[in-house]
Amino acid sequence: MRIVMSKPGLDGHDRGAKVVARALRDGGHDVIYTGLRKTPTEIVGIVNDEDAEVLGISTLSGAHGSLIPKICDGLKNSGLGGVIVFAGGIIPNRDRKKLFDCGIRAVFGPGTPTSEVLEFLQEAITRKKNNDPVGVGEDTGWHWS
Amino acid sequence: MALELTKIQDLMDAAKSGDRRSLSQLLTAIQSGEKIPETTSDPWTLGVTGPPGVGKSTLIGKLVERWKSSGERVAILAIDPSSPITGGSLLADRIRMGGHASGKDVFLRSIPLGKDVAGISPFIGEMCSILSECGWSRIIIETVGAGQSEISIIAFADRILLIDGPDRGDIIQAEKAGLMEISDIIAVNKSDLPGAEAAAREIALSLSLVEGDERKVHLVSAIEGHGIDELIQEIESCNLNSGSKILRMKQRLLSSWNSLLTEHHEIDTLLDELCDGSITVSDAIRHMAITLEFGDE
Repeated sequence: MRIVMSKPGLDGHDRGAKVVARALRDGGHDVIYTGLRKTPTEIVGIVNDEDAEVLGISTLSGAHGSLIPKICDGLKNSGLGGVIVFAGGIIPNRDRKKLFDCGIRAVFGPGTPTSEVLEFLQEAITRKKNNDPVGVGEDTGWHWS
Repeated sequence: MALELTKIQDLMDAAKSGDRRSLSQLLTAIQSGEKIPETTSDPWTLGVTGPPGVGKSTLIGKLVERWKSSGERVAILAIDPSSPITGGSLLADRIRMGGHASGKDVFLRSIPLGKDVAGISPFIGEMCSILSECGWSRIIIETVGAGQSEISIIAFADRILLIDGPDRGDIIQAEKAGLMEISDIIAVNKSDLPGAEAAAREIALSLSLVEGDERKVHLVSAIEGHGIDELIQEIESCNLNSGSKILRMKQRLLSSWNSLLTEHHEIDTLLDELCDGSITVSDAIRHMAITLEFGDE
Protein backbone atom coordinates (compact mmCIF):
# COMPACT_ATOMS: atom_id res chain seq x y z
CA MET A 1 0.00 0.00 0.00
CA ARG A 2 1.09 3.59 -0.61
CA ILE A 3 0.67 5.46 2.66
CA VAL A 4 1.18 9.16 3.33
CA MET A 5 2.14 9.94 6.94
CA SER A 6 1.40 13.57 7.76
CA LYS A 7 1.96 16.20 10.45
CA PRO A 8 -0.62 18.97 10.14
CA GLY A 9 -0.55 22.26 11.98
CA LEU A 10 2.05 23.88 14.16
CA ASP A 11 3.09 21.01 16.38
CA GLY A 12 6.73 20.12 15.96
CA HIS A 13 6.91 16.69 17.55
CA ASP A 14 7.14 13.89 15.04
CA ARG A 15 8.72 10.99 16.89
CA GLY A 16 5.35 9.23 16.99
CA ALA A 17 4.79 9.76 13.26
CA LYS A 18 8.28 8.46 12.53
CA VAL A 19 7.83 5.36 14.71
CA VAL A 20 4.58 4.54 12.92
CA ALA A 21 6.14 5.28 9.50
CA ARG A 22 8.99 2.92 10.29
CA ALA A 23 6.62 0.19 11.49
CA LEU A 24 4.55 0.48 8.32
CA ARG A 25 7.68 0.31 6.18
CA ASP A 26 8.74 -2.81 8.05
CA GLY A 27 5.26 -4.16 7.35
CA GLY A 28 6.11 -3.97 3.64
CA HIS A 29 4.32 -0.72 2.79
CA ASP A 30 5.58 2.28 0.85
CA VAL A 31 5.46 5.20 3.26
CA ILE A 32 5.78 8.83 2.23
CA TYR A 33 6.47 11.21 5.10
CA THR A 34 5.37 14.82 4.57
CA GLY A 35 7.59 16.47 7.15
CA LEU A 36 6.39 18.94 9.78
CA ARG A 37 3.86 21.77 9.73
CA LYS A 38 1.77 21.04 6.66
CA THR A 39 -1.53 22.75 6.00
CA PRO A 40 -4.65 20.64 5.32
CA THR A 41 -4.54 21.85 1.70
CA GLU A 42 -0.92 20.76 1.31
CA ILE A 43 -1.69 17.34 2.79
CA VAL A 44 -4.62 16.79 0.42
CA GLY A 45 -2.35 17.82 -2.49
CA ILE A 46 0.32 15.34 -1.40
CA VAL A 47 -2.18 12.48 -1.09
CA ASN A 48 -3.34 13.30 -4.61
CA ASP A 49 0.08 13.66 -6.26
CA GLU A 50 1.39 10.51 -4.59
CA ASP A 51 -1.84 8.66 -5.41
CA ALA A 52 -1.82 7.23 -1.86
CA GLU A 53 -4.41 4.73 -0.69
CA VAL A 54 -3.99 5.50 3.00
CA LEU A 55 -3.37 8.71 4.98
CA GLY A 56 -2.07 8.79 8.55
CA ILE A 57 -2.44 12.03 10.54
CA SER A 58 -0.37 12.63 13.66
CA THR A 59 -1.21 15.54 15.92
CA LEU A 60 -0.22 16.39 19.48
CA SER A 61 -1.10 20.06 19.62
CA GLY A 62 -4.78 19.80 20.53
CA ALA A 63 -5.84 21.26 17.18
CA HIS A 64 -7.19 17.92 15.91
CA GLY A 65 -10.80 19.13 16.15
CA SER A 66 -10.07 21.87 13.64
CA LEU A 67 -7.40 20.33 11.38
CA ILE A 68 -8.65 16.79 10.86
CA PRO A 69 -12.17 17.68 9.60
CA LYS A 70 -10.55 20.16 7.17
CA ILE A 71 -8.33 17.41 5.78
CA CYS A 72 -11.27 14.99 5.50
CA ASP A 73 -13.41 17.58 3.69
CA GLY A 74 -10.51 18.43 1.39
CA LEU A 75 -10.09 14.78 0.42
CA LYS A 76 -13.81 14.34 -0.21
CA ASN A 77 -13.94 17.49 -2.35
CA SER A 78 -10.95 16.39 -4.45
CA GLY A 79 -12.30 13.03 -5.54
CA LEU A 80 -10.24 11.26 -2.86
CA GLY A 81 -13.15 9.87 -0.83
CA GLY A 82 -11.79 6.35 -1.26
CA VAL A 83 -8.65 7.05 0.78
CA ILE A 84 -8.47 5.28 4.16
CA VAL A 85 -7.63 7.81 6.90
CA PHE A 86 -6.42 7.16 10.44
CA ALA A 87 -5.17 9.49 13.17
CA GLY A 88 -2.91 9.29 16.19
CA GLY A 89 -1.34 11.39 18.90
CA ILE A 90 -2.93 13.17 21.82
CA ILE A 91 -6.63 12.95 21.02
CA PRO A 92 -8.92 12.64 24.08
CA ASN A 93 -11.66 10.01 24.00
CA ARG A 94 -14.39 12.63 24.12
CA ASP A 95 -13.20 14.10 20.79
CA ARG A 96 -13.04 10.85 18.90
CA LYS A 97 -16.67 10.42 17.91
CA LYS A 98 -16.62 13.66 15.95
CA LEU A 99 -13.55 12.45 14.05
CA PHE A 100 -15.11 9.06 13.30
CA ASP A 101 -18.15 10.95 11.98
CA CYS A 102 -15.84 12.80 9.54
CA GLY A 103 -14.67 9.48 8.12
CA ILE A 104 -11.55 8.76 10.22
CA ARG A 105 -11.33 4.96 10.59
CA ALA A 106 -9.04 4.69 13.64
CA VAL A 107 -7.57 6.87 16.38
CA PHE A 108 -4.46 5.58 18.13
CA GLY A 109 -3.33 7.03 21.44
CA PRO A 110 -0.02 6.91 23.33
CA GLY A 111 1.14 3.40 24.17
CA THR A 112 -0.50 1.73 21.15
CA PRO A 113 1.71 -1.15 19.97
CA THR A 114 2.76 -0.59 16.34
CA SER A 115 1.45 -4.09 15.58
CA GLU A 116 -2.05 -2.78 16.27
CA VAL A 117 -1.69 -0.15 13.54
CA LEU A 118 -0.71 -2.90 11.12
CA GLU A 119 -3.68 -5.02 12.23
CA PHE A 120 -6.00 -2.09 11.61
CA LEU A 121 -4.55 -1.62 8.14
CA GLN A 122 -4.95 -5.29 7.37
CA GLU A 123 -8.61 -5.16 8.34
CA ALA A 124 -9.14 -1.95 6.36
CA ILE A 125 -7.51 -3.47 3.30
CA THR A 126 -9.71 -6.56 3.60
CA ARG A 127 -12.79 -4.36 3.76
CA LYS A 128 -11.65 -2.47 0.69
CA LYS A 129 -11.08 -5.71 -1.23
CA ASN A 130 -14.59 -6.87 -0.34
CA ASN A 131 -15.94 -3.51 -1.54
CA ASP A 132 -17.15 -2.70 1.98
CA PRO A 133 -17.13 1.05 2.56
CA VAL A 134 -13.96 2.15 4.37
CA GLY A 135 -12.73 5.33 2.61
CA VAL A 136 -13.01 8.73 4.26
CA GLY A 137 -15.90 9.76 2.05
CA GLU A 138 -17.74 6.44 2.11
CA ASP A 139 -20.79 6.15 4.29
CA THR A 140 -20.16 3.57 6.99
CA GLY A 141 -20.45 3.16 10.72
CA TRP A 142 -17.28 1.07 10.84
CA HIS A 143 -14.17 2.12 12.68
CA TRP A 144 -11.37 0.40 14.60
CA SER A 145 -12.25 0.33 18.28
CA MET B 1 -6.09 -4.42 -11.80
CA ALA B 2 -6.11 -3.86 -15.55
CA LEU B 3 -7.61 -0.62 -16.67
CA GLU B 4 -9.44 -0.59 -19.95
CA LEU B 5 -7.93 1.27 -22.81
CA THR B 6 -10.81 3.73 -22.93
CA LYS B 7 -10.27 4.46 -19.24
CA ILE B 8 -6.60 5.25 -19.92
CA GLN B 9 -7.60 7.51 -22.80
CA ASP B 10 -10.15 9.30 -20.58
CA LEU B 11 -7.51 9.80 -17.89
CA MET B 12 -5.11 11.19 -20.48
CA ASP B 13 -7.66 13.64 -21.84
CA ALA B 14 -8.55 14.83 -18.34
CA ALA B 15 -4.90 15.04 -17.27
CA LYS B 16 -4.03 17.10 -20.36
CA SER B 17 -6.80 19.53 -19.57
CA GLY B 18 -5.17 20.09 -16.19
CA ASP B 19 -6.85 17.58 -13.86
CA ARG B 20 -4.19 16.58 -11.31
CA ARG B 21 -6.17 13.66 -9.95
CA SER B 22 -6.17 12.04 -13.39
CA LEU B 23 -2.48 12.75 -13.93
CA SER B 24 -1.69 11.10 -10.61
CA GLN B 25 -3.78 8.03 -11.45
CA LEU B 26 -2.16 7.84 -14.86
CA LEU B 27 1.32 7.72 -13.30
CA THR B 28 0.17 4.88 -11.04
CA ALA B 29 -1.21 3.04 -14.07
CA ILE B 30 2.13 3.39 -15.85
CA GLN B 31 3.95 2.08 -12.80
CA SER B 32 1.70 -0.94 -12.57
CA GLY B 33 2.59 -1.79 -16.15
CA GLU B 34 -0.37 -0.43 -18.12
CA LYS B 35 0.46 0.42 -21.69
CA ILE B 36 -0.29 3.99 -22.57
CA PRO B 37 -0.68 5.45 -26.07
CA GLU B 38 2.48 7.00 -27.51
CA THR B 39 2.85 10.72 -27.03
CA THR B 40 4.48 13.20 -29.34
CA SER B 41 5.87 15.45 -26.64
CA ASP B 42 9.57 16.03 -26.16
CA PRO B 43 10.10 16.19 -22.39
CA TRP B 44 12.70 18.48 -20.82
CA THR B 45 14.41 16.22 -18.30
CA LEU B 46 17.18 16.58 -15.75
CA GLY B 47 18.58 13.65 -13.79
CA VAL B 48 20.02 14.44 -10.38
CA THR B 49 22.16 11.87 -8.65
CA GLY B 50 24.97 11.56 -6.14
CA PRO B 51 25.91 9.74 -2.94
CA PRO B 52 23.52 9.72 0.05
CA GLY B 53 23.62 12.81 2.23
CA VAL B 54 25.23 15.31 -0.17
CA GLY B 55 22.08 17.43 -0.30
CA LYS B 56 20.37 16.37 -3.52
CA SER B 57 16.85 17.03 -2.29
CA THR B 58 17.78 20.34 -0.70
CA LEU B 59 19.50 21.50 -3.89
CA ILE B 60 16.53 20.36 -5.98
CA GLY B 61 14.33 22.45 -3.65
CA LYS B 62 16.44 25.46 -4.61
CA LEU B 63 16.26 24.73 -8.34
CA VAL B 64 12.49 24.31 -8.06
CA GLU B 65 12.20 27.66 -6.27
CA ARG B 66 14.08 29.46 -9.06
CA TRP B 67 12.22 27.73 -11.85
CA LYS B 68 8.86 28.38 -10.24
CA SER B 69 9.60 32.08 -10.00
CA SER B 70 10.50 32.20 -13.70
CA GLY B 71 7.15 30.65 -14.61
CA GLU B 72 8.13 27.03 -15.18
CA ARG B 73 6.03 24.12 -13.94
CA VAL B 74 8.27 21.57 -12.26
CA ALA B 75 7.63 17.84 -11.83
CA ILE B 76 9.92 15.66 -9.73
CA LEU B 77 10.18 11.88 -9.78
CA ALA B 78 12.03 11.00 -6.56
CA ILE B 79 13.28 7.43 -6.60
CA ASP B 80 14.29 5.81 -3.32
CA PRO B 81 15.45 2.32 -2.41
CA SER B 82 13.11 -0.28 -0.94
CA SER B 83 14.04 -2.52 1.96
CA PRO B 84 15.39 -5.77 0.55
CA ILE B 85 13.94 -7.59 3.55
CA THR B 86 10.35 -6.40 3.82
CA GLY B 87 9.95 -4.77 0.41
CA GLY B 88 8.67 -1.65 2.18
CA SER B 89 10.10 1.83 1.78
CA LEU B 90 10.27 5.15 3.56
CA LEU B 91 10.17 8.02 1.09
CA ALA B 92 11.20 11.26 2.69
CA ASP B 93 12.55 13.50 -0.07
CA ARG B 94 9.64 15.84 0.54
CA ILE B 95 10.99 16.88 3.91
CA ARG B 96 14.26 18.15 2.55
CA MET B 97 12.73 19.94 -0.41
CA GLY B 98 11.02 22.09 2.17
CA GLY B 99 8.18 24.33 1.14
CA HIS B 100 9.05 23.98 -2.53
CA ALA B 101 7.72 20.45 -2.88
CA SER B 102 4.09 21.47 -3.08
CA GLY B 103 1.87 24.05 -4.72
CA LYS B 104 0.12 24.22 -8.02
CA ASP B 105 3.30 24.54 -10.08
CA VAL B 106 5.12 21.61 -8.50
CA PHE B 107 4.28 17.94 -8.82
CA LEU B 108 6.31 15.49 -6.75
CA ARG B 109 5.88 11.74 -7.03
CA SER B 110 7.92 9.41 -4.79
CA ILE B 111 8.77 6.11 -6.40
CA PRO B 112 10.08 3.12 -4.44
CA LEU B 113 12.75 1.27 -6.35
CA GLY B 114 11.25 -2.11 -5.51
CA LYS B 115 13.10 -5.36 -5.90
CA ASP B 116 13.67 -5.11 -9.59
CA VAL B 117 15.33 -2.12 -11.24
CA ALA B 118 14.72 -3.58 -14.68
CA GLY B 119 11.06 -3.36 -13.68
CA ILE B 120 10.93 0.35 -13.09
CA SER B 121 13.41 2.04 -15.41
CA PRO B 122 11.36 1.89 -18.62
CA PHE B 123 8.38 3.45 -16.81
CA ILE B 124 10.43 6.51 -16.06
CA GLY B 125 10.59 7.40 -19.75
CA GLU B 126 6.81 7.01 -20.12
CA MET B 127 6.13 9.06 -16.99
CA CYS B 128 8.30 11.88 -18.35
CA SER B 129 6.42 11.88 -21.66
CA ILE B 130 3.05 12.07 -19.92
CA LEU B 131 4.17 14.83 -17.57
CA SER B 132 5.51 16.82 -20.48
CA GLU B 133 2.31 16.27 -22.45
CA CYS B 134 0.41 17.70 -19.49
CA GLY B 135 2.42 20.90 -19.49
CA TRP B 136 5.17 20.20 -16.96
CA SER B 137 8.05 22.11 -18.47
CA ARG B 138 10.86 20.97 -16.17
CA ILE B 139 11.06 17.31 -15.14
CA ILE B 140 13.60 16.20 -12.54
CA ILE B 141 14.47 12.57 -11.90
CA GLU B 142 16.25 12.09 -8.57
CA THR B 143 18.08 8.92 -7.55
CA VAL B 144 20.66 7.96 -5.00
CA GLY B 145 23.79 7.44 -7.03
CA ALA B 146 24.94 4.19 -5.62
CA GLY B 147 25.68 2.01 -8.58
CA GLN B 148 24.67 0.39 -11.81
CA SER B 149 20.96 0.17 -11.03
CA GLU B 150 20.63 3.91 -10.60
CA ILE B 151 22.53 4.57 -13.79
CA SER B 152 19.97 2.63 -15.75
CA ILE B 153 17.24 4.91 -14.37
CA ILE B 154 19.02 8.24 -14.55
CA ALA B 155 19.91 7.52 -18.18
CA PHE B 156 16.29 8.34 -19.05
CA ALA B 157 17.06 12.01 -18.38
CA ASP B 158 18.48 14.13 -21.21
CA ARG B 159 20.93 15.97 -18.97
CA ILE B 160 22.47 14.68 -15.79
CA LEU B 161 23.67 16.60 -12.76
CA LEU B 162 26.02 14.77 -10.41
CA ILE B 163 26.30 16.15 -6.88
CA ASP B 164 28.99 15.47 -4.29
CA GLY B 165 29.68 16.90 -0.85
CA PRO B 166 32.79 18.16 0.95
CA ASP B 167 35.36 15.69 2.23
CA ARG B 168 33.85 12.76 0.49
CA GLY B 169 35.51 11.96 -2.78
CA ASP B 170 32.63 9.56 -3.17
CA ILE B 171 31.94 10.41 -6.76
CA ILE B 172 35.50 9.56 -7.63
CA GLN B 173 34.61 6.15 -6.23
CA ALA B 174 31.40 6.28 -8.21
CA GLU B 175 33.50 6.68 -11.31
CA LYS B 176 33.89 2.93 -11.22
CA ALA B 177 30.20 2.55 -11.85
CA GLY B 178 30.26 4.99 -14.76
CA LEU B 179 28.35 7.82 -13.08
CA MET B 180 31.02 10.37 -13.89
CA GLU B 181 30.99 9.44 -17.57
CA ILE B 182 27.28 9.87 -18.10
CA SER B 183 27.05 13.14 -16.14
CA ASP B 184 26.96 16.46 -17.98
CA ILE B 185 27.24 18.77 -15.01
CA ILE B 186 29.11 18.22 -11.76
CA ALA B 187 28.53 20.20 -8.57
CA VAL B 188 29.97 20.07 -5.07
CA ASN B 189 27.31 21.12 -2.57
CA LYS B 190 27.73 22.55 0.94
CA SER B 191 30.35 25.10 -0.13
CA ASP B 192 29.64 26.78 3.20
CA LEU B 193 31.47 23.93 4.93
CA PRO B 194 35.22 23.40 5.04
CA GLY B 195 36.50 20.79 2.65
CA ALA B 196 34.16 21.66 -0.23
CA GLU B 197 36.82 23.48 -2.22
CA ALA B 198 39.28 20.67 -1.74
CA ALA B 199 36.68 18.16 -2.92
CA ALA B 200 35.94 20.29 -6.00
CA ARG B 201 39.66 20.54 -6.81
CA GLU B 202 40.08 16.80 -6.49
CA ILE B 203 37.21 16.12 -8.88
CA ALA B 204 38.47 18.76 -11.33
CA LEU B 205 41.87 17.06 -11.23
CA SER B 206 40.33 13.72 -12.00
CA LEU B 207 38.43 15.25 -14.95
CA SER B 208 41.57 16.87 -16.29
CA LEU B 209 43.15 13.45 -16.70
CA VAL B 210 40.93 12.86 -19.71
CA GLU B 211 41.81 14.93 -22.72
CA GLY B 212 38.95 16.95 -24.14
CA ASP B 213 36.83 16.72 -21.00
CA GLU B 214 35.78 20.32 -20.48
CA ARG B 215 33.27 19.88 -17.70
CA LYS B 216 33.82 22.24 -14.82
CA VAL B 217 33.04 21.58 -11.21
CA HIS B 218 30.49 23.96 -9.65
CA LEU B 219 30.74 24.92 -6.00
CA VAL B 220 27.29 25.55 -4.60
CA SER B 221 25.55 25.91 -1.27
CA ALA B 222 21.90 24.90 -1.38
CA ILE B 223 21.34 26.21 2.13
CA GLU B 224 22.84 29.65 1.55
CA GLY B 225 21.95 29.92 -2.12
CA HIS B 226 25.52 30.43 -3.37
CA GLY B 227 26.31 29.40 -6.92
CA ILE B 228 22.74 28.44 -7.76
CA ASP B 229 22.35 31.01 -10.56
CA GLU B 230 25.48 29.80 -12.34
CA LEU B 231 24.40 26.19 -11.90
CA ILE B 232 20.96 26.88 -13.39
CA GLN B 233 22.57 28.71 -16.28
CA GLU B 234 24.76 25.72 -17.02
CA ILE B 235 21.83 23.31 -16.72
CA GLU B 236 19.81 25.43 -19.16
CA SER B 237 22.61 25.72 -21.69
CA CYS B 238 23.77 22.14 -21.40
CA ASN B 239 24.81 20.71 -24.76
CA LEU B 240 22.65 17.66 -25.34
CA ASN B 241 24.90 16.26 -27.99
CA SER B 242 27.89 15.84 -25.78
CA GLY B 243 29.79 12.59 -25.61
CA SER B 244 27.66 11.35 -22.77
CA LYS B 245 24.60 11.13 -25.01
CA ILE B 246 25.70 7.89 -26.59
CA LEU B 247 26.31 6.38 -23.15
CA ARG B 248 22.84 7.43 -22.04
CA MET B 249 21.22 5.96 -25.12
CA LYS B 250 23.11 2.73 -24.54
CA GLN B 251 21.78 2.58 -20.96
CA ARG B 252 18.23 3.26 -22.11
CA LEU B 253 18.49 0.56 -24.73
CA LEU B 254 19.89 -1.91 -22.21
CA SER B 255 17.27 -1.29 -19.56
CA SER B 256 14.39 -1.44 -22.02
CA TRP B 257 15.85 -4.66 -23.44
CA ASN B 258 16.25 -6.12 -19.93
CA SER B 259 12.66 -5.44 -19.08
CA LEU B 260 11.49 -6.98 -22.37
CA LEU B 261 13.44 -10.12 -21.52
CA THR B 262 12.22 -10.34 -17.92
CA GLU B 263 8.62 -9.93 -19.11
CA HIS B 264 8.96 -12.60 -21.81
CA HIS B 265 6.00 -14.98 -21.63
CA GLU B 266 8.20 -18.07 -21.68
CA ILE B 267 10.83 -16.90 -19.22
CA ASP B 268 9.91 -19.38 -16.47
CA THR B 269 10.09 -22.35 -18.83
CA LEU B 270 13.39 -21.14 -20.26
CA LEU B 271 14.84 -20.70 -16.78
CA ASP B 272 13.82 -24.26 -15.88
CA GLU B 273 15.42 -25.56 -19.04
CA LEU B 274 18.57 -23.62 -18.30
CA CYS B 275 18.64 -25.11 -14.81
CA ASP B 276 18.32 -28.71 -15.99
CA GLY B 277 20.87 -28.07 -18.72
CA SER B 278 18.65 -28.93 -21.68
CA ILE B 279 19.44 -25.57 -23.35
CA THR B 280 22.33 -23.12 -23.18
CA VAL B 281 22.17 -19.38 -22.45
CA SER B 282 22.74 -18.58 -26.12
CA ASP B 283 19.91 -20.96 -27.12
CA ALA B 284 17.63 -19.14 -24.68
CA ILE B 285 18.58 -15.69 -25.99
CA ARG B 286 18.13 -16.75 -29.60
CA HIS B 287 14.71 -18.16 -28.79
CA MET B 288 13.66 -15.07 -26.84
CA ALA B 289 14.87 -12.68 -29.52
CA ILE B 290 12.64 -14.19 -32.20
CA THR B 291 9.60 -14.55 -29.96
CA LEU B 292 9.69 -11.15 -28.22
CA GLU B 293 6.40 -9.40 -27.73
CA PHE B 294 6.54 -5.65 -27.80
CA GLY B 295 3.17 -4.95 -26.24
CA ASP B 296 2.44 -2.04 -28.59
CA GLU B 297 0.46 -3.88 -31.22
